[in-house]
Amino acid sequence: MTTPTISRNVRGRAGVEPLETDASLIYFSSASDNTHRFVSKLPVRSARIPLLTSEDTLRAVSPFVLVLPTYGGTSGKGAVPRQVIKFLNVEGNRRLLRGVIGAGNTNFGDTYCLAADIIAAKCNVPVLYRFELMGTSEDVDRVTQGLEEFWT
Amino acid sequence: MTEKVKLLSHVEAINWNRIQDDKDVDVWNRLVNNFWLPEKVPLSNDVQSWNTLTPVEQQLTMRVFTGLTLLDTIQGTVGAVSLIPDAITPHEEAVYTNIAFMESVHAKSYSSIFSTLASTKEIDEAFRWSTENVNLQKKAHIVMDYYQGDDPLKRKVASTLLESFLFYSGFYLPMYWSSRAKLTNTADLIRLIIRDEAVHGYYIGYKFQKGLEKVSEEKRQEIKDYTFELLFELYENEVQYTHDLYDGVGLAEDVKKFLHYNANKALMNLGYEAMFPSSVTDVNPAILSALSPNADENHDFFSGSGSSYVIGKAVNTEDEDWDF
Repeated sequence: MTTPTISRNVRGRAGVEPLETDASLIYFSSASDNTHRFVSKLPVRSARIPLLTSEDTLRAVSPFVLVLPTYGGTSGKGAVPRQVIKFLNVEGNRRLLRGVIGAGNTNFGDTYCLAADIIAAKCNVPVLYRFELMGTSEDVDRVTQGLEEFWT
Repeated sequence: MTEKVKLLSHVEAINWNRIQDDKDVDVWNRLVNNFWLPEKVPLSNDVQSWNTLTPVEQQLTMRVFTGLTLLDTIQGTVGAVSLIPDAITPHEEAVYTNIAFMESVHAKSYSSIFSTLASTKEIDEAFRWSTENVNLQKKAHIVMDYYQGDDPLKRKVASTLLESFLFYSGFYLPMYWSSRAKLTNTADLIRLIIRDEAVHGYYIGYKFQKGLEKVSEEKRQEIKDYTFELLFELYENEVQYTHDLYDGVGLAEDVKKFLHYNANKALMNLGYEAMFPSSVTDVNPAILSALSPNADENHDFFSGSGSSYVIGKAVNTEDEDWDF
């Protein structure tokens, strides 16, 4: 589970300018790596939003789908990870966002995948899919197929 | 217990200003923010609903809750505490003390439900049943054995399986009642427990994976084999326990799907792939909606049946630092 914070689809120099990526799938995953493991099983190019908010965030240069988890909270407050807020505060990133996929756990009740709902509402894009933890093989198949149709 | 209790041999003052693993802080904060007490839930509003249940349904409900009480008691007084000496960081130790306390809150909250809904005689009978049911006792013995064993990784596996799998033969019932608009306040309380157990299983599973990174490939394989063996052993017992409880009301098969679904999630919390295929994890949608209103997959663009889709529902978006 030694995972680089940035995938190979990212170019640019850290600390100097925002890291550009043309990946069609951009995701955030905490140190638990659940979302990372799910994304790794998809046959699409992806880029990971840096784990630390002190690091420069990514800059998308082509349309993309965002995948992000929600950790169980009591309300909407704080549902969207700070790292993702930093990423979406870049206006160009919001403009290229086409859809959101949420990860989570139904045990969290009302807040299951809430971060995906919040971003979808704010950015006026659809929630494409929801899956739990690192996803099952069926989730991988459905998202693979769904994304293929979504981009055509 | 006659064994000598294992304690940390050395302790230093915990410094929350020097963090080795951010996950410790995140989970501590999450657990503190999620804190609740049973006194906050208006359980007495369920008295009328309780009286609409048949005697068999009432007895089943009491038995399910004594079974859950036993698991929470184990996890609060032995399970979470047994993880403390193996902790890698001092903050991890602190998180386990939080988990242990919360399990004791859970265990106590079932007694709040009992005293609200049932007579002393019925309560005593249900507790007597819990000490006499072979499969419930067996489940307790299996996990207790591993908590007292000497392998930290195996302890975490047993703990995660308890948090993320063993509770669900019991959690099914209040979700079932809730889906039929019965005992809805009780269900609200159980949902709080379910939410807590998800964070506990996630965190212990995460620490398990961190521990796994430090051992040899051979040991990793041994632990993986052990995990699946233990899951099978517990699963077979859960199936028996499920039949003991639910055959009388004809729900056993439905409960088993819920067991498979949660066994998969327990494995994922440990970093392993889901094992049960979707053909046996197709939980009754009413139960899933009782668990989470967002679990209805028809909201999703990819899964939706037709031309239209629902853009994320209106939500409260007041994060101060969200500044666009």
